[in-house]
Amino acid sequence: MSIYRDDTLEWITACADVLDENSHYLTKLDAAIGDGDHGINMDRGFNAVMLKIPEVADKDIGTIFKTVGMTLISTVGGAAGPLYGTFFLQAGMKSTGKMELNLEDWLLALESAVAGVVMRGKAELGDKTMVDALSPAVDSLKHSMDDHLSIGQAIQLSAEAAKQGMVDTIPWVARKGRASYLGERSAGHQDPGATSSYLILQAAADTWADS
Amino acid sequence: MKKFINDPEMVVVEELEGVALAHPDLVKVHFDPNYVVRADAPVQGKVGIISGGGSGHEPMHGGFVGYGMLDAACPGAVFTSPTPDQMLEATKAVDGGAGVLHIVKNYTGDIMNFEMAADLAKAEGMQVESVVIDDDVAVQDSLWTAGRRGVGSTVLAEKLCGAAAELGRSLSEVTDVCIKVKNMGRSMGMALTSCTVPHAGEPTFDLPEDEMEIGVGIHGEPGRARLPLKPADEIVEMLMEPIVSDLPYKAGDEVLLFVNSMGGTPLIELYIAYRKAYQICEQHGIKVVRNLIGSYITSLEMAGVSITLLKMDEDMLKLWDHPVLTPGLRWGK
Repeated sequence: MSIYRDDTLEWITACADVLDENSHYLTKLDAAIGDGDHGINMDRGFNAVMLKIPEVADKDIGTIFKTVGMTLISTVGGAAGPLYGTFFLQAGMKSTGKMELNLEDWLLALESAVAGVVMRGKAELGDKTMVDALSPAVDSLKHSMDDHLSIGQAIQLSAEAAKQGMVDTIPWVARKGRASYLGERSAGHQDPGATSSYLILQAAADTWADS
Repeated sequence: MKKFINDPEMVVVEELEGVALAHPDLVKVHFDPNYVVRADAPVQGKVGIISGGGSGHEPMHGGFVGYGMLDAACPGAVFTSPTPDQMLEATKAVDGGAGVLHIVKNYTGDIMNFEMAADLAKAEGMQVESVVIDDDVAVQDSLWTAGRRGVGSTVLAEKLCGAAAELGRSLSEVTDVCIKVKNMGRSMGMALTSCTVPHAGEPTFDLPEDEMEIGVGIHGEPGRARLPLKPADEIVEMLMEPIVSDLPYKAGDEVLLFVNSMGGTPLIELYIAYRKAYQICEQHGIKVVRNLIGSYITSLEMAGVSITLLKMDEDMLKLWDHPVLTPGLRWGK
């Protein structure tokens, strides 16, 4: 089975919905250890994405992802703009010209997307950032490839890995981003960036459950 | 929380509309992407200087656009970095052929967005240099954090670099002035109250009536310690000690002493702070040769002060005294 272009459009819509529903929640998480704007910024970015998407809805998956990335870069601001923008740009680059993605294609796209986030944010695993949710999701997909799981199953497992990664950030002391200024006081709080990353991957799992 | 606004979504745009109407002789405001630019930009043959950051710190940065200071400023949403397309367009708008300096405050978002903008500008053949200001001594363990935050020295860097550019200095010379400010300036702030981001509608942090946050950042980031409220002189001592010992500033040094309001602290209290800070400098044999006192880098309506010391040399004094004509800072012209 494959993820078709319309499935990716559905996923982007699902991301916009889930970020809108969780805007206040993300902002609360951010207020505890950051500057309290993450939910607002992501919601603003994906609202802009939803306005832009109809223009490219008949194009290839690469163009769709790249459009999402460019729109986030120019509307989100903060650190999340360049990071999520880079995420979708890199995923788009790996999907250029494609009208459908198999599991290996999705793995390559996600792997490249996460590598882009690491390059732009210079964060490592354990720094209490988006990377802590994204990186386990990539590892999980690799295992699922080896185990010959269906796309739907593989993506569900990768979302679960992201969730675990997100929860794992709770006791940690932040070493990157604005939360790092709290030092020890950042421990005991879930990272908002890891949380939005999980929400985006869970949206993929929910949308593509039957793929 | 009561706010003098119409709609949280429109705060930045409506503020920029007001700026455009108030200062047409000094600046133009470009919308979508948003930036404030000198009315006579680009000035041919002069190095362009741009800065930017989240809104909510007014008059920084848009209030410092004009003769002798910035050529353009990119305002983001409140407390949120602006985006690379704003910085790229502003860079193009001020490039008079002598290159453009980006003055960036050390925040993760600002750094990433300015990096992307500089990459794009260079790809289009423009000459761009960037200096990151990171003067907040409240941040300890900077190896294990995003590093020291950029605060009060940014205002001073914008003034000195702006003067250097007006005097016809090259991009590398103007960049050197900025690096000198980065190296010779140190700051620390404190909060008596929180601030409320319009869109969030609730105070960014809880601070009881009888407590204060020492070392607070300009977005309400926590500082070194939350302590029982003390008299002004003791608070100033708590801010000055880490500043003076950090560079360190020594007997015989000549400094600019900058006492800044976070937005909610009135001038009457700033002079109380200035008085004590000046006395502490005297005790160390440090000579205060210039000063700046007022609301220049604010954190919305937060009550609190920040203090910045900048070690001056002859050239920096000349640059400081050079005329400046911007909405937020003006003398000698």
